[in-house]
Amino acid sequence: MWEFLIQPFAEFSFMRRAMMGCIAISVGGTPVGVFLLLRRMSLTGDAMAHAILPGAAVGFLVAGLSLGAMTVGGLIAGMTVALLSGFVARVTALREDASLAAFYLISLALGVLIVSTRGSNVDLMHVLFGTVLALDNAALILLSSIASITLFALAFIFRPLVLECADPQFLRSVSGLSTITHFTFLALVVMNLVGGFHALGTLMAVGIMILPAAAARFWAVSIGGLIVAAVAIAIVSSVCGLLVSYHFGLPSGPAIILVAGIVYGMSLTLGPVGSLAAPVFRHRVNA
Amino acid sequence: MTYALAFEKLTLGYDRHPAVHQLEGEVADGSLTAIVGPNGAGKSTLLKGVTGVLRPLAGQVRFGTCARSDIAYLPQQSDIDRSFPITVVDLVAMGLWSEIGGLFGLRAAHRARIDDAISAVGLTGFESRIIGSLSGGQFQRALFARLLLQDAQLVLLDEPFTAIDAKTMVDLLGVVRRWHGEGRTVIAVLHDAEIVREHFPETLILARDLVAHGPTPKVLTAANQFRARQMCEAGVGPPHHRGRHAS
Repeated sequence: MWEFLIQPFAEFSFMRRAMMGCIAISVGGTPVGVFLLLRRMSLTGDAMAHAILPGAAVGFLVAGLSLGAMTVGGLIAGMTVALLSGFVARVTALREDASLAAFYLISLALGVLIVSTRGSNVDLMHVLFGTVLALDNAALILLSSIASITLFALAFIFRPLVLECADPQFLRSVSGLSTITHFTFLALVVMNLVGGFHALGTLMAVGIMILPAAAARFWAVSIGGLIVAAVAIAIVSSVCGLLVSYHFGLPSGPAIILVAGIVYGMSLTLGPVGSLAAPVFRHRVNA
Repeated sequence: MTYALAFEKLTLGYDRHPAVHQLEGEVADGSLTAIVGPNGAGKSTLLKGVTGVLRPLAGQVRFGTCARSDIAYLPQQSDIDRSFPITVVDLVAMGLWSEIGGLFGLRAAHRARIDDAISAVGLTGFESRIIGSLSGGQFQRALFARLLLQDAQLVLLDEPFTAIDAKTMVDLLGVVRRWHGEGRTVIAVLHDAEIVREHFPETLILARDLVAHGPTPKVLTAANQFRARQMCEAGVGPPHHRGRHAS
């Protein structure tokens, strides 16, 4: 048991770094994922993750596999797509989901094109699927900083964000914070996706935000409970995914997301709140 | 006569489609006014224009005895996401926004006021319930508790008695009468003419344009209601655009 669970982390520093990186992403990104889910924006998160690619690719084109350049590029691309699709939805007849889909598809194609003109397939795989086992100190500091900023920002906008989700008309009638809250939240989404993409890649980063949040829906009812449950599920999935990847020689990013997927499947069937088995639990309690 | 608010050639709408057109009139300070009209007449849009959620396309809302910041607004139930997991006490506490803002915590005095408001609408014991688990009537009671906490001089209610049980309606009408007795100005969008005749001394009939405004017995006539329906049906194109509701 010791050998299976602890030894990989005790023996190899790359495993410890990977674990710390994943915990940072879980602590910062998953609460954002909970709000994405509650705002019915889960697929927006997915679209934004793809939108980051050309920015990261331009960063890569300019400076190679440089953490800073790819991060800044990703942030710029993500925010540009978020703002442009919001703008198009407001000034034309196209709805926001359609304009976001259009922009992220263009963005994704552009990103793949840029990477393939300069880099190899290995580079493309790095951008798409990340390299959680190769996180260096700078990457860990970046991920931890993003997690810290996210938690502070969420605490700061928590009340208006809850109102913006639940009762936006009321928020607009009592304060002018609605637009600021919306865009701060979008900025947090983009920031966490950019952080997550270093570890898990642009395609997988959104998985650690959304899957634990979706699973948490079957374990908790209050907003605080949902966030705690989602972060716990994300951390457990990350550690288990890393172990599975280590012992069976599998790519770590997909392994982590698949473990989160298994937890989601179990929650869906066995969770105490609104799952397939929930009516059975209630029946037993009442009997 | 002092007025709480006045409409001056007020035109409101979505994407340049007017839902309220060139509205003129005054709402007297301390009055209890019902806004009635057919679907798509611009009733909810007018309330959103008064709160400032919607900017006028032309004209303006002029505030007399109360300020725009002194408004308590009840949105339609359909505008609220009831699947969002917040508790009754948290929802009601939002009524203290003008005092505590978005950041600061609740003090003991605030908590006592929240308890009083919840008790006044008969929801004691439901404080920690998630709003999604409430019936339509219980949820509307919680929203009224939030309005009580806002303690505003101007109260705007959008379809306050839709989809609730008879007992809740009687209780909430009692709250509305209490506000009127305290000298607050209350404006409610309603569709039940009987409730308006019985409880609302003033009526404004809207069909995008103003049809009539004044004492309910004079204004709420079959002829005026018929004219309002005709005016709405004759309007050019629906005021709905991209799924946004403009009734």
